[in-house]
Amino acid sequence: MSKALLYDATMCIGCKQCEAGCAQQNKLRYDDTVAAESVQSAHKYTVVLTKDDKFMRRLCMHCEKPACASVCPVGAFHKTKEGPVVYDVWKCIGCRYCMVACAFAQPKYEWQSLNPRVRKCIMCPDRIAAGKQTACAEICPTGATKFGERDDLIKEAQDRIRQNPSTYLPRIYGLHEVGGTSVLILSSVNVEEYGYPASAKIGDTPMPEYTGQVMERIPDFIPVWTLVLGGIYWVSHRREEVAAAEAEEKNGSER
Amino acid sequence: MKFKLTFWRVVFIVIMGLGLYSSFIRYFRGLGAVSNMTDQFPWGLWIGFDCLCGVMLAAGGFCMVGAVYLFNVESLHSVVRPAVLTAFLGYILFIVGLLFDLGRPWYIWHQLIYMNPHSVMFEVGMCVMTYTTVLFFEFLPNVFERFHMTTPIKWIKKIYPVLIVLGILLSTLHQSSLGSLYLIMPSKLHPFWYSPALPFFFFASAVAVGLAMTIFESTQSAKAFGRHLELPVLVTLGGALLVALWVNALLRFEDYFRRGMLGQIFKPSYEAYFLWLELTLTFVIPITMLSFKKVRLSPQGLYLASVCTVLGFITNRLNIALIGFETYVGHHYVPKWTEFSITLMIIAMGFALFGLAVKYLPIFPAERHPAKQRLRTETAPVVATPVLGHAGD
Repeated sequence: MSKALLYDATMCIGCKQCEAGCAQQNKLRYDDTVAAESVQSAHKYTVVLTKDDKFMRRLCMHCEKPACASVCPVGAFHKTKEGPVVYDVWKCIGCRYCMVACAFAQPKYEWQSLNPRVRKCIMCPDRIAAGKQTACAEICPTGATKFGERDDLIKEAQDRIRQNPSTYLPRIYGLHEVGGTSVLILSSVNVEEYGYPASAKIGDTPMPEYTGQVMERIPDFIPVWTLVLGGIYWVSHRREEVAAAEAEEKNGSER
Repeated sequence: MKFKLTFWRVVFIVIMGLGLYSSFIRYFRGLGAVSNMTDQFPWGLWIGFDCLCGVMLAAGGFCMVGAVYLFNVESLHSVVRPAVLTAFLGYILFIVGLLFDLGRPWYIWHQLIYMNPHSVMFEVGMCVMTYTTVLFFEFLPNVFERFHMTTPIKWIKKIYPVLIVLGILLSTLHQSSLGSLYLIMPSKLHPFWYSPALPFFFFASAVAVGLAMTIFESTQSAKAFGRHLELPVLVTLGGALLVALWVNALLRFEDYFRRGMLGQIFKPSYEAYFLWLELTLTFVIPITMLSFKKVRLSPQGLYLASVCTVLGFITNRLNIALIGFETYVGHHYVPKWTEFSITLMIIAMGFALFGLAVKYLPIFPAERHPAKQRLRTETAPVVATPVLGHAGD
């Protein structure tokens, strides 16, 4: 059973308490300037966006099959069994493949640092391990961000849609996208309007499968290709040896 | 020995000076200060050119080793050494480029202990590391020969078949895997360039560029070092290049056809302009040129066709790495001058090291015996390349 977050945009009042709580939990500066920033960055893991009096939160989706974890050459990312996708900074070599690979463009970089780290929401793994909910869910005054078991939250989201079909769009963003994510979103408008990638575009296939299809062939490819190359080598040089031997024989008989 | 200030030396000094300044910015002010890379554009010119193009431009090494030692194309013997040298330098410079691009280059060795076998990047890293070692051993006989050390040459000759097979295997893997890197970004990379066939394109283009680079390099070396230009070699390479280009063109056509993109690629758009430029340089011009026998038999024609091919595939890789992401990101990425200057410095280092190696090592052994060189084609290739000629036996 893995934990998840359900964000219900219709319940959000745009108070940005989640931003502040997140900053405090991750020991990041949070003041009026940071609060006014409407983009995620290395010092702002989550952001509440406003559009036509409607709000939308953005944060790492914590994919069930995360692209970042699959592409990292040193395995600096991994999905814990509790749900969070966490980052081990001491392994990171700074190739930034995670940033390029993430369909939700969540990993951000400390571009100004001389020993830069990748930064993103890590879903408060220490709090979860201690049996608590994430900082953003705890601080949320309206319950727009709710923490719980993923399966329970899916049921609850489905119930909410069923009970108020006029309020919600009939879909849970994150239920199937890229194979499912640990952040689920309910809203009355399309999340795509706030910069989320379109479901149709990212699809339901877990991202690691795109490269996995190629990578899993490599163990078979290596011995086969080695044999082919070795075979060509042997044949072409065998021919040479035979020719040399024949030439020698010819020379010998002529003498 | 007096140091003469020629035009190219001045250019070299200026490039190195600016490059050193940019390197200072890179390591003492950070990636943000030295480049225009952002959270939206985490990979810039250094990945696009230094890495993707650098590895492609060094493909001549495995192509020539494959042609001469695997398929026994005797007539190409004289270009193996310069091709292996170019490849060896190319891979070293690729690693140098990586040290600039990685955020924490001092942890590059983590590849060896925190392995993630699911990562394409990990596979590329391991292949490049191993292949650079293989190239080092393929290059080593030059040094041993220079100092007349015969015993170690014998050892290398013994393992040469292993080096050849391993080198080509590793090249196949990582040349294609550079394309696989982009397979995980179907929603980000523009459909003109995103294709499930990317690994095949990357490998096929590496072979074409390997051939073109060998023609380019032989012609340039002939000019720069006053060597006799071996036309039969170039003609053979030109023929092979034509075939390689056709294979590339058919692969691309088949891919666009299968994905139903043929209609779209002809509609004018920002990406289409770059695609047209790429396709013109990679296929239209060189294939047309090489289709004429007159061009295939003329050194100038072959030279121009190969330069065009190389530029075309550089455009292709830059399109994949940079242009293909601009629509997704929503704005343009233009490298900062310091990014260009570091790339230029790395290229300049490559030229300088190549020049030094040619000057002090028997890379073009035939040069010292112009009479024997002409004999070589009729008798045995052994004369020109005493070590490598036997190496495969």
